[in-house]
Amino acid sequence: MAELCGIVGIGQTKHDSKRIDVSMAGLLREAAERALEDAELTWRDIDAVVIGKAPDLFEGVMMPELFLADALGGAYKPMLRVHTAGSVGGSTGIVAASLIQAGIHDRVLVAAFEKQSESNAMWALSIPMPFSVAVVAGAGGFFAPLVRGYMRRSGAPEDTGIRVAVKDRENALKNPYAHLHMEDISFDLVASSPMLWDPIRYLETCPSSDGACAMVLSSESLAAKAPTRPAWVHSTAMRSEPTMFSGRDQVMPQGILDNAEALYKKAGITNPRKEIDCAEMYVPFSWFEPMWCEGMLFAEPNEGWKMTYEGATAMDGDLPINMSGGVLSSNPIGASGLLRFAEAALQVRGQAGDHQVEGAKKALGHAYGGGSQYFSTWIVGSEKP
Amino acid sequence: MRDVAVVAFTQSPSVRCEANRNETEILIPVIHEIKQQTGLATEDIGFICSGSSDYLAGQSFAFVAGLDAIGAWPPVSESHVEMDGAWALYEAWVKLQIEDADVALVYGFGKPSMGDLPRTMALQLDPYSVMPLWPDAVSMAALQARSCLEAGVISEREMAQVAVRDRANALNNPFAQVKGEFDVDALLAEPMLVSPLRKHDCSPISDGACAMVIAAGDRARELCERPAWIRGFEHILEPQDLGVRDLTRSRSTEIAAEKAGAHSDKIDVAEVYAPFTHQSILLERALGLGDAAVVNPSGGALAANPLMAAGLTRVGEASRRVWEGQADRAVAHATSGPCLQQNLVVVLEGN
Amino acid sequence: MSEEKEPVEVLRTPVELDYTYSAGVSASRFLRAVEQGKLLGQRCPVDGRVYFPSRGSCPQHGVPIEGEPVELSDRGTIVTFSVNRVPSENIDLELPYAAIQVLLDGADTTLFHVLGECSIDDVRMGMRVEAVWRPRDEWTISMQNIRYFKPSGEPDAPFESYQEHI
Ligand SMILES: [Zn+2]
Repeated sequence: MAELCGIVGIGQTKHDSKRIDVSMAGLLREAAERALEDAELTWRDIDAVVIGKAPDLFEGVMMPELFLADALGGAYKPMLRVHTAGSVGGSTGIVAASLIQAGIHDRVLVAAFEKQSESNAMWALSIPMPFSVAVVAGAGGFFAPLVRGYMRRSGAPEDTGIRVAVKDRENALKNPYAHLHMEDISFDLVASSPMLWDPIRYLETCPSSDGACAMVLSSESLAAKAPTRPAWVHSTAMRSEPTMFSGRDQVMPQGILDNAEALYKKAGITNPRKEIDCAEMYVPFSWFEPMWCEGMLFAEPNEGWKMTYEGATAMDGDLPINMSGGVLSSNPIGASGLLRFAEAALQVRGQAGDHQVEGAKKALGHAYGGGSQYFSTWIVGSEKP
Repeated sequence: MRDVAVVAFTQSPSVRCEANRNETEILIPVIHEIKQQTGLATEDIGFICSGSSDYLAGQSFAFVAGLDAIGAWPPVSESHVEMDGAWALYEAWVKLQIEDADVALVYGFGKPSMGDLPRTMALQLDPYSVMPLWPDAVSMAALQARSCLEAGVISEREMAQVAVRDRANALNNPFAQVKGEFDVDALLAEPMLVSPLRKHDCSPISDGACAMVIAAGDRARELCERPAWIRGFEHILEPQDLGVRDLTRSRSTEIAAEKAGAHSDKIDVAEVYAPFTHQSILLERALGLGDAAVVNPSGGALAANPLMAAGLTRVGEASRRVWEGQADRAVAHATSGPCLQQNLVVVLEGN
Repeated sequence: MSEEKEPVEVLRTPVELDYTYSAGVSASRFLRAVEQGKLLGQRCPVDGRVYFPSRGSCPQHGVPIEGEPVELSDRGTIVTFSVNRVPSENIDLELPYAAIQVLLDGADTTLFHVLGECSIDDVRMGMRVEAVWRPRDEWTISMQNIRYFKPSGEPDAPFESYQEHI
């Protein structure tokens, strides 16, 4: 029988395009110390550290957790470094939780970060490889054709993506840590922003951010001593599939559908739309909100856009999504997945401040990466599972 | 804890340079072979975890292509560490502990021949104060060897003896790259490479891949006649800065070995991941090996060092000795980072 | 002590590393064929689907793909596309351009390329296209031997014929 895992401390940095006021270690400590403070614990109380980030080429350091060992209180402790593309923040949280669930450790610090300003991320993603033709610029070039595929299949109104972009930026105004605070955000502003990768407009894309997120996870017995009500991990799931094979559905990959099914089964959830109070999902381009609403089984196939359109995913809707402002408002890549997981935990602890969903008891954290092929998710609750 | 054992292991022959095959192509036959050996299909495997490095490959997300080799369909429960495959094994072992799965596949792969390895490894160092000086990996190890020699805890002769032992052991290992009968005095007459290290003190640069299957309880007994049960599994990280740690011993290995229970009973076989001869001596001491222990029957990393796979290979080679009845109790070790910064210890038993 | 100085915020460390890549055994065969103006795919031994280009194994079934290559046509169908307006250091194309996913006739996987000789307003899913090759003396071991694809003038392919490839 697996042990219960409670989240007793949560911290994050102020996300910004360039945090040149701190080093990599400083950025991580900003998040980690906030998490420890929240849990009223010190570095000494931590048994093991799990760290996640996206490719090493983003900062220009190979396995940076090695030089960061002492800054993260990892000296003479076990430390693991996870890397599963864009979903890494989520996977890192899951690996850390499994150390508690397996009964191996009582308190684990999980931290994820990206400091894209240390190197050149666009370069790191587009190193010209011999033998291949460079056609696509950046992640948007890769995902735009899939968005077009979704639009064609679902017949969604063309302004669905604009509505998501406005909603998430409005939510971000309530989140002091968010990178983008666009006071003048409006439908017309997004609609008139330039098409970058048609059909994706500039304001329908995520920013590039420096930032970190950290959490203290605890065994059941030690969580009982926590100063604030813990969030409890109800279930976790990870699924991966190949980037490409003949007949692969890239718009609605089997991986996310399988992931959702496994996640809900473990959490004892039969009607996710009803039973989950709010969700933080990895939406780097606005159209992925309706797509992942279908992927996470909140909506029937080709009907996810209706949730956006009808306002169900807004703060006052029946299933608020991306209350923090989401990836569209802050995207420190390696940390983005863990930030989704952390926001879910904040919500069920009632700690989300101005972006709190009233009475949230069960929340979903979701991350994805690669060519829509890596998925990691967790359900957290205010009550023990 | 749940009983989990190593039940199968495959590897590619280590070579200085895989000129024709890319990383995925090196991995494909290794995965294919372990599936054949165990009769497992993708859907029989509850969890998959791999270890590799983007910087070795010179591109971001290099591990994604590994999914092509395993046939990740239907979608698999899968993870990846930017570490040696031995730590991927740790993650998989934890996963089996929470009964999320009964069988896990683990693999590691690296093709360091693509770049200038000693120079690439400088990127592991503090980017603000140390890395701009570009200290290469051999020079870092030489600093440690020098401090050990000056402290009088090892001698150059002992170092050469390690090389002679491992290269001779490798004669029985078809996957090893550097092997043969050598003479200690002849090796000591060789010129210095980076003083005080001679060529024989350094592991070769190797391209390679390996894969392992672990399973819990009865599933392990079904898959293997005499499974190598994991009785202890720990890993410990030290601060990186050479000035703040004792380079003449491996403190983190000592702690990990103690916690894993390596010291509690006699060890028959030890597979130690020492990229340099002086490190082998420090590690053997830290593991508390008695005179009866057979060290590195495979030849160890001095015979073949496929980065990101070499640590997992130590576990595979130690397990093999348990399967074949040569050992009742074996220990495997893996390392990462400059001068043995991070160390992992697994204790394996036949009963 | 000296007077207070500004904190150091940026330190430049240029990193230059050289790598020697191997295309790999199966990609080499494909590239040698492209050098001769031929497009080679390979069949998965499990379901017989044609992979273009082959990467040595079927990612779906996890089996080596070793059989005889299949020569493909240089015509195909646009499965989906995007119009790119973002400059990038490694792309030498005039903006905006259409990046297309093409399903070559005879293949069961798509490839990324660009569309030429066509107004951005006319590109659409299902459009039939054909390769425009560079002059023969410029051919190298690269898919860039195809300069771009252009509309072939054939009627559009029905959505059902290519929808499983999106
Ligand atoms: Zn196949």
